[in-house]
Parts: sequence; C-alpha cells; structure tokens
Amino acid sequence: MQLNRIDQAPDGMNEEIQRPAENRAAADQELRTHAVDLGALTQSSTRLTLADESLCIGVRDFNLHYANNQALKQINMVIPEKRVTAFIGPSGCGKSTLLRCFNRMNDLIDSVCIDGEITLHDQNIYDRAVNVAELRRRIGMVFQKPNPFPKSIYENVAYGLRIQGINARATLDQVVENSLRRAALWDEVKDRLDDNALGLSGGQAQRLVIARAIAIEPEVVLLDEPCSALDPISTLKIEELIYELKEDYTIVIVTHNMQQAARVSDYTAYMYLGELIELNDTSTLFTNPKQKMTEDYITGRYG
Amino acid sequence: MQPTFKQWLASGSPFIWLNAGAVALSMIMVVGLLALIAVEGLGHFWPGNLADFSYTESDGASGRLLGEINDEEVVARAILPENDSRLDAAGPVIKRYLVKTGNRDLTGSDFRWVLMPAMSAMEYPVDAIAIERREWGNFYGYLDGVKGTEGVSSDSGDLWGRFQAEIEYANATSLEIRRIEKDLIGAINYKIERLRLDERRLEIEGTNDPDILAAIREQEKELQRQYDGLTARLPDLYAGLNRSVFLMRTADGAQVEMPIGKIVRAYRPNDMGFLRKAAFYVRKLWEFVSDEPREANTEGGIFPAIFGTVLMVMIMAVIVTPFGVIAALYLREYAKQGLLTRLIRIAVNNLAGVPSIVYGVFGLGFFVYFIGGSIDQLFFPEALPNPTFGTPGLIWASLTLALLTVPVVIVATEEGLARVPREIREGSLALGATKAETLWRTVLPMTASAIMTGMILAIARAAGEVAPLMLVGVVKLAPSLPLDMNFPFLHLERKFMHLGFHIYDVGFQSPNVEAARPLVYATSLLLVIIIVILNLTAIQIRNRLREKYRAAEQN
Repeated sequence: MQLNRIDQAPDGMNEEIQRPAENRAAADQELRTHAVDLGALTQSSTRLTLADESLCIGVRDFNLHYANNQALKQINMVIPEKRVTAFIGPSGCGKSTLLRCFNRMNDLIDSVCIDGEITLHDQNIYDRAVNVAELRRRIGMVFQKPNPFPKSIYENVAYGLRIQGINARATLDQVVENSLRRAALWDEVKDRLDDNALGLSGGQAQRLVIARAIAIEPEVVLLDEPCSALDPISTLKIEELIYELKEDYTIVIVTHNMQQAARVSDYTAYMYLGELIELNDTSTLFTNPKQKMTEDYITGRYG
Repeated sequence: MQPTFKQWLASGSPFIWLNAGAVALSMIMVVGLLALIAVEGLGHFWPGNLADFSYTESDGASGRLLGEINDEEVVARAILPENDSRLDAAGPVIKRYLVKTGNRDLTGSDFRWVLMPAMSAMEYPVDAIAIERREWGNFYGYLDGVKGTEGVSSDSGDLWGRFQAEIEYANATSLEIRRIEKDLIGAINYKIERLRLDERRLEIEGTNDPDILAAIREQEKELQRQYDGLTARLPDLYAGLNRSVFLMRTADGAQVEMPIGKIVRAYRPNDMGFLRKAAFYVRKLWEFVSDEPREANTEGGIFPAIFGTVLMVMIMAVIVTPFGVIAALYLREYAKQGLLTRLIRIAVNNLAGVPSIVYGVFGLGFFVYFIGGSIDQLFFPEALPNPTFGTPGLIWASLTLALLTVPVVIVATEEGLARVPREIREGSLALGATKAETLWRTVLPMTASAIMTGMILAIARAAGEVAPLMLVGVVKLAPSLPLDMNFPFLHLERKFMHLGFHIYDVGFQSPNVEAARPLVYATSLLLVIIIVILNLTAIQIRNRLREKYRAAEQN
C-alpha cells in the first residue's frame, strides 16, 4: 500500500507543476523549462537561520500510532515564532497528522496513541492539566475544504467569541469587521453580513474561515492544505493573505504544492514516511538541500 | 429487427413498467380509500327527501310509511320467505330499499328494509317534517297544531313559523341551562371539591388551626350561596322547555305530543331547494366537528374527540422529541461505539416492532399504577382512596405513546447526526468550542430537519394508535375536556376522548348500527384529515429548516 503511494506521488507532483493557471512569471518560466529552480520563488532574499528565531512550538521525540500503524516517528523540530513554516512531502508522509497534533485535533480519533512531547512556549500541550478548548483558542486551524457553518457570515466570524461568552454587539461588530478586513474579505461581503455563509464561493469561504480563525486572536494558525480545493486566483489571494498574517501570527502550512511552499514560507520541512527528513530555511532547502532524499523530491526524481 | 425477449428484458422497460405499476396501484388504493370514506361519511349529513308511501306488510295489513330512502339493493326471490303473498307477481329478483323511518320510540327501530313490490302511492309531500330530537333519534311526520298556554290551536296561519321560533327559544334555553349547569356550577363544584381536599389535607397533616378551617368554611359557604343562586334559576328555565307542546302526526295517523325542549331542529327537506339543502349541510358538518356527542355518540358532534386526539399527540410530541434527541445524541456522539451500543440500537429498533397493545399493558402497569399510584401517595394523599394520577389519563396516554414512538425519533436523529460533516465539527472544535458547545451551537441546529422528520413519523404513528389508549386513558364519553377555565387549566390527569377510539366505539358498541355506520366513515375521514394537517404542519417547518441547512450537508 505504502509502496503504491510512493509510486504514484511523482505523477501527482507533475500534475501540480503543470497546472496551467499558475501564472506567476517565475512559475511560468519553471513550467517551460521543467527544470527545478524553486529557490528563485522564495521571497526572502536574506537567508534566515533557525538559531536566530524565537521558539514557538517545539517537538521532542514525538511518536504517533494509529492502531498498529506508526504515522510519526521520532519527530524533533522547532517552529519559529511569527514565521511561516511549510510542511511538504508525499501523500501519507504524516505532515497533516503532525499539524493536527499541534492543536490536539487527533484526540478526536479513538485509536491514536502518542508519546513524546510538543511544547507551546515551553508548556507541554499534552500535559493533563491543559484545557484542550483553551489550547485550540491559542492555536487556530484552517482545513483543506472550506467549512463555513450554516449560519450568517457575521455569525461565522463571531462564533469563536460567542463560545467565549462575548456577546456585546459593539465588540462583536468591531472584531467581525477587523477580522474580515484582515482576511481581505470585508469589501466583498460588507453588504451581506447577514446572508448565509454557504452562499460564498470556495475562495471566499476559505478566507471567511481564516477570518473566523483569527477573530479569536490565536498565537498560531495552522493551515492544512488551505488552497487544494481552490482555483488559482483564490489561491493567490490566500497566499497574499498568509504573507500579511505572518506579521502577527506564527503560521504552519501543509501543502502539496512545492511552488506554494517556496512562495509563502520562511522555513520548510520535508517529511517522508513519518519522519522529518530536513527542516531548513526555505531558500536553502530548495536551492541547496542537505539530504539526498529532499533533493530527489524537490527535483521530481524521487521514487 | 424485432428485439428478442432477453433484449427487451435487458432494456429495463419491463422493470420500469413494474415500478410505475406499483406506484399506480398504491395511488389507486390511497385515492380509493379516501374517496370511499369521504363519500360514505359526508353523504350522511345531506338532508334527503322524505318519501311517504303505502306499504303492505307480510300479514296483509296495509299502512303508510314516511322516511328517507338511504340505500337500495337487489336480492334474489329465493332468499325471501316463500309464502309471501306480496311477492306472487314478482320476478326472480326483487328490489328493496333501506328506509330511515325514525320514530324509534313508537316503532322500536330507526331503519327498516321495505320490498318494492309492496310499495305503492309514493309521494314527496312538501309539509313532511324531519325532527332531530335530543333523545330517540329522528322523528318524521306532519305538524298538526300547537298546545300552548292558551290551549290547543291548529290555526294554520303560520304554524311552521311559530314552530321554528319556539325551537329557537328552546335551544337558547337549553344552551343557558347547559352554561349554568356545566360551566358555572361545574366550576363551583370544582372549587368546593378543592376546598374539601384542602381540609382533608390539613386533617392528614394534623394541623387544626381553627383560623384556617374557619376560612375554608367561609369560602365553602360563599360557594354554596353562589350555587344556590344558580340552581334557583334552573326550574324556570326547565319550565320554559315545556312552555309549548306541538302536536305531531305520523304517516299512519298516530298523534304524538312534542314538547319543544326535546327538539334540536326541525326541517322540511321536500320543501328545500338545492341551495337551502347545501346551507343545511354545511351547518350539519360544522355541528359535527364543533359540537359534543349526543345519544351514545351516534348524534351530535365529535369535538371532544378531535380535541383529545390533537392535545394528546401534541403532548406526546413535546415529550418524545427531547427524550429521543438526547438519547440519540448520547448513542451517536458520546457513547463508545462497540458491542453495547450495537445491542442498544438493536433493542431500540425492536422496540418499534412490539405490538402497541403491549405498550398499553405496560403503560397501565408502570405509568398508571406504579408511577401514578406513587404520585397519589406522595402528593395527593387527601384525595385517597379516590385516585388522582393513579388512574388512566391524558398524561399516561401521552407517555405511553411517547415510549411507543421514541425509537422512530432516535433512529431519525441518529441519521441526522451522522449526516453532519466531520469538517463542520472540526471547524467548531478548532475555534476552541468544547464538544458540548459544538453539539449545541452547530451540530444540533443542522440536525433539526432530521429531528423534525422523526417527529413527523412519531406523530403519524401516535395519532393512529387506539389499542394502547384504551388501557391508559381514553374513554367513550369524557365529562369534560382536559383543558378548561378552572385552575390549573390543563388537567393532565383527566380522561379524554380520541377519534380512533370513537370510531371503534361507534362502530362496534353502538346499539343503532345503521345510524352509526356513516358516522364511522365520517369520523375516519376526520381522523385522516387531522393526521394530514398535523403532518403538513410539521413538514412545512422541516422544509424551512432544511432549506437553511441543505447546502452544508451537500458539501
């Protein structure tokens, strides 16, 4: 089963590379040459080093099992604060699983068992004393498929605040407007805040979900393949949004799309079969990977 | 080229024909059922013409009959007695009519079959009168005169007009008597009974505070004075019912005295045109749905039964919906899925297959005797040995039916919960909502339409049940509605009437079969209509909810 997945992965990757609407100049060029120059896509001209960053999330000796199947093996990594960290890797490599561990979404699955620790600002989030709901307020998450609630646009954004018992209309109005503005959605929906959010397009819905997540002022925003169900224009908007948001939030994004990782992230982690192969600043990882496996994957030779 | 049989089979058209045939057959049966009960039931209220004809009895005696021809049939000569001189000239088949002759007090029966060969000189006299009486069913005959306070007069000037005016007066008087006896005196009796119970309670508790007792006595005296004041008015009113007596003549010439108090209404069907008959018909129909029953449920209306049915179903829905939803929530959302939950699901589904009378027996034993009996012991000791809740009543019937229908709600709700996408739940959890908050704020609202579906099915099932109700609260004739103006207004412990049981009672327990038959149909029609209305209301609400959440489910 796993072998199959590995075999299929390069095809899938080619598909992504050949997406016609990736119409940024650099991407076009890359399409034509089919040569890999992902380093050219990265936005940071200066090289970043992890040692200079302040630590947000730390993962130490982390293992995760689904029933008999080990999905994460001995993960050790750090997520720097107020940076965008991307997880890349073939399907089934555990990047989404790891992401979902950061806000304990995997607790919902009965067969999961874990060991090791994940810290958020030096506090172990798997500690018994941790209130999971409280943790998830600090670490927000956006999913692959836009999942607005069947409520009005306004109520969607206000949801997290209402959960916390904030019902003052003035506060809610303020937060809803701010969040929608930050998610670059305000101008599109300001006249129909009371309409059902299910009427939004996919891209708008995803930005609404991001607005909903940042409305409760989390410290970290986890993005689980946020653009995989969106068209290229919406993808572009979300990417710009991520660039804006990293001013205030630590962002972790899982993506299948290496150009996307190269475009939006400061750091990139490459995972393979449940192991963290390499974590480095994005331009280094794409231009000068230290591991052979990483190089094979990003150059499309892997498998 | 002709397609082979196999090709025809493979083309799917025989299957389509089969499907369409099944649907068509179902439609025919449903429409046929409704048409049958509608025709049979609604025809009853139409004022038929009165035929006056000569009839030769089997012993050769001859007389005249007056009545409404209700039915006819053709029978073989062979099944009738051989030595009947009236049928000598008849052929091998003979037509006979079912005639509603009324006058049960005189002849002993309302209906009789008459043989066509023995009938002659049939006419439809315009002055033939049909009278609905408070007792003894209809009277058919002619108006001869009036025996008023000023003696007998047969002044034909406007005898009919006077007759109608007197009937109107008598009806108004009856209504006033009823208001006094049932509403006013009933309320006073209710209060006196409560005072008696208060006193008894004090006695049981051992408090002999003379002040309180004196206050109770005082109130009792006050109520007694009101009671006396009201009863003092009654003799006059009752006398009014007999202030004039009309002289009637039956078709064969017998004289009958008819006090106005005994008459509900009188009409001359042969004199009425179509429009007047139609107006009369509408009035009768309205009386049927809005009035109380008379004469062992064979006359008058069935309003208490309609009221009881609807109220019982509504209380049942109010009980069963939260109960079923909460149970389903636990089963689907909280319980660890495994052998035990599987077993519980199987048990719940099997609960729906238990014959309903079994629920009735359970309801009687558990709800009525155990729970009701305990409530009486704990809260109503002053009324003992008379039971308050320890006897069949509205609340126990509703609870029994709630138990009967709870599997439907559980199954429907569980399906609804399963349809809520995982993404929506995760979205809510990721915003820091606890599981309970997620369920309340997001999942349950999205399940609302499924819950309503369960409720619709539960209502449909409950409104049609009769068997268990006979054990836990339905009676043939309830003295008062479970909802009235006496505190606490909704009397859950009272017995009530129910359309389904009414059908059974009128159909099987009535002494007057021919009179009861159309009522069985009419009541059935009403029951169907009420269930349809209840369901349509619920479906309307559900569709609104579904509209709101449909898009989320499709995602």
